[in-house]
Amino acid sequence: MPSKKPSEAVTKSQQPIADSSLDRFGEFGGRYVPETLIPALDELTAAYADAMADPAFTRELDEMLRDYVGRPSPLTFAPRLSEHVGARVFLKREDLNHTGAHKINNTVGQALLARRMGKRRIIAETGAGQHGVATATVCARFGLDCVVYMGEEDMRRQELNVFRMRLLGATVVPVSSGTRTLKDATSEAIRDWVGSVNDSHYIIGSVVGPAPYPRIVRDLQSVIGRESRAQMLERTGALPKVVVACVGGGSNAMGIFHAFIDDADVELVGVEAAGRGLDTGEHSASLARGTPGVLHGSLSYLLQDESGQVRPAHSVSAGLDYPGVGPEHAYLMELHRATYVSVTDSEALRGFVLLSRLEGIIPALESAHAIAWITKNRGRWSDSDSLLVCISGRGDKDVAQVSEMDLLS
Amino acid sequence: MASASAIISSDAIARRFEALRAESRRALVCYVTAGHPSPAATVELLEGLEEAGADVIELGVPFSDPVADGPVIQHSSSVALANGVTLDSALELLGKARPAVPVVLFTYLNPLLAAGPDVLRRARDAGIAGILVTDLPLGADPRREAWLAESGLDFIRLVAPTTPPGRLAGICEHGSGFVYLISRMGVTGTRDDAPPDLAPMVARLRTVTDLPVCVGFGISTPAQARAVSQLADGVVVGSAVVQAAGESTGAALNLVRSMREAMDG
Repeated sequence: MPSKKPSEAVTKSQQPIADSSLDRFGEFGGRYVPETLIPALDELTAAYADAMADPAFTRELDEMLRDYVGRPSPLTFAPRLSEHVGARVFLKREDLNHTGAHKINNTVGQALLARRMGKRRIIAETGAGQHGVATATVCARFGLDCVVYMGEEDMRRQELNVFRMRLLGATVVPVSSGTRTLKDATSEAIRDWVGSVNDSHYIIGSVVGPAPYPRIVRDLQSVIGRESRAQMLERTGALPKVVVACVGGGSNAMGIFHAFIDDADVELVGVEAAGRGLDTGEHSASLARGTPGVLHGSLSYLLQDESGQVRPAHSVSAGLDYPGVGPEHAYLMELHRATYVSVTDSEALRGFVLLSRLEGIIPALESAHAIAWITKNRGRWSDSDSLLVCISGRGDKDVAQVSEMDLLS
Repeated sequence: MASASAIISSDAIARRFEALRAESRRALVCYVTAGHPSPAATVELLEGLEEAGADVIELGVPFSDPVADGPVIQHSSSVALANGVTLDSALELLGKARPAVPVVLFTYLNPLLAAGPDVLRRARDAGIAGILVTDLPLGADPRREAWLAESGLDFIRLVAPTTPPGRLAGICEHGSGFVYLISRMGVTGTRDDAPPDLAPMVARLRTVTDLPVCVGFGISTPAQARAVSQLADGVVVGSAVVQAAGESTGAALNLVRSMREAMDG
């Protein structure tokens, strides 16, 4: 090799570096991943742009959402909850989708993308198991191999979903490192992908991860907001005063918020999990109590200690039990376009029972956080104000866990 | 601290490779996780590695979520965190040991950001010669990449088996010290099999850069080290050293000695 003098070898280059991840949200987002994954992220970015410009792709996606997922999902007026809260409450019923949550909106689109890219093996992480089930489902439908990483603690909490994934033909890999929850399941899924990126597609389950994932997942989930905006206009002749959704990684919230971002009069409220209380340190409120940092490929708000180690999150709800949050939420918070609040485990459990009793709808514990926030703030609105609440999933998966808590006595 | 920075100036890595080249030898680059299995053991390793045959030391900063690492380094990282080791205490351990070979700080981005804007000066003062950030590929964050490039530390960049040819020149242009060629797909860890055919990957790199090329990932035996050293300017050994260090410092240094002998023999 040609020899170079030491003084030349350390000369700094003058060419500016081109930013490879232009779709940041303000300063948030980015692509903080090992070099090995960069070509796959470039490929995904290009394939996604190409697919969205292809009428055949969007037609197939729309057909799948209609005939397989069961969209549009209903908008349900909740009369008894409305009376309780003192405002007109409308529920966007993502719980009525095939597989019981909003997660499938994303997995259908990404499975179609994977097929288009010629990738026959799918990797996913899961917390509550809803994203894992939604991924296993579309893999069965399209004949793709499916490997789902799930923390051992979550496998214990969500035994039923583990069985559902296996029934659907997926391999569920227990993750025993770290917190044994969603954070470490995500790390393990990324490690798999670093080794298998040539033939595997990683279907990330929320608006997190390296670019272009937060944008792709938000786009695929934005059907929630598009439908409910039109449904509210049709039903009430006006837009809602407030749109409320729970936030873990934040995909159902970004999905329902997105269509309303330009409607300046519509308040957007994201509800984080305060767990045992914000001051106990045992919570998942990354936006309320976190600081900017890098986890799982993007810069966003993060629960971390002073030396940059990620702190374990806590929530009664496995789907919110994550120390990070999607970068677009960090951006919306800094812009003051959305407001982020939180409710505790016990408030969420009361919301879980309340919606069951008042409306005959058993919500997922995640979605119960959104219900808990509006009931906690009852009296704050007038009778003519309408509130749009995203019921991101149904609570069947949580019934066994909650029944052990003896809440009904 | 002051004497350490007097020994290691910012071109310490380049001078080391120059000296090796003059002797027609290849560099042995050894990774240790700061604080694993204990802070005292890290000091012993840092003190003993040069005598055992290391030319460059990578000092790993423990992180709670090391997504590029396999089970061995993950475990070492959690042991180090349980021992209370942070980026700054890693620098303190280095200050105690003061090895004469150049040391590269090997870290994920988040602990580096959390350590504050002044961290690169503290690293330099502690005797660090270069920095490698696992999750900051070219173009991921030009502002922070410039911060590293202008720090006076060598900025070690990684090239992967998946890196397209068109990206290689940019990576090398914006790196210094040496180029770290990841020999295979996947996370760090010991492997029994031979790495894939490295010759074309190394040859491609040679066409775009004059920087020394060091090859790592999955090199765990003296025979593998010898094979790789015939192609590249240096061999990086990580998980195998960490695994041996988990047994004893002596075991780790013996492994490094056997690799050195295989490479020089």
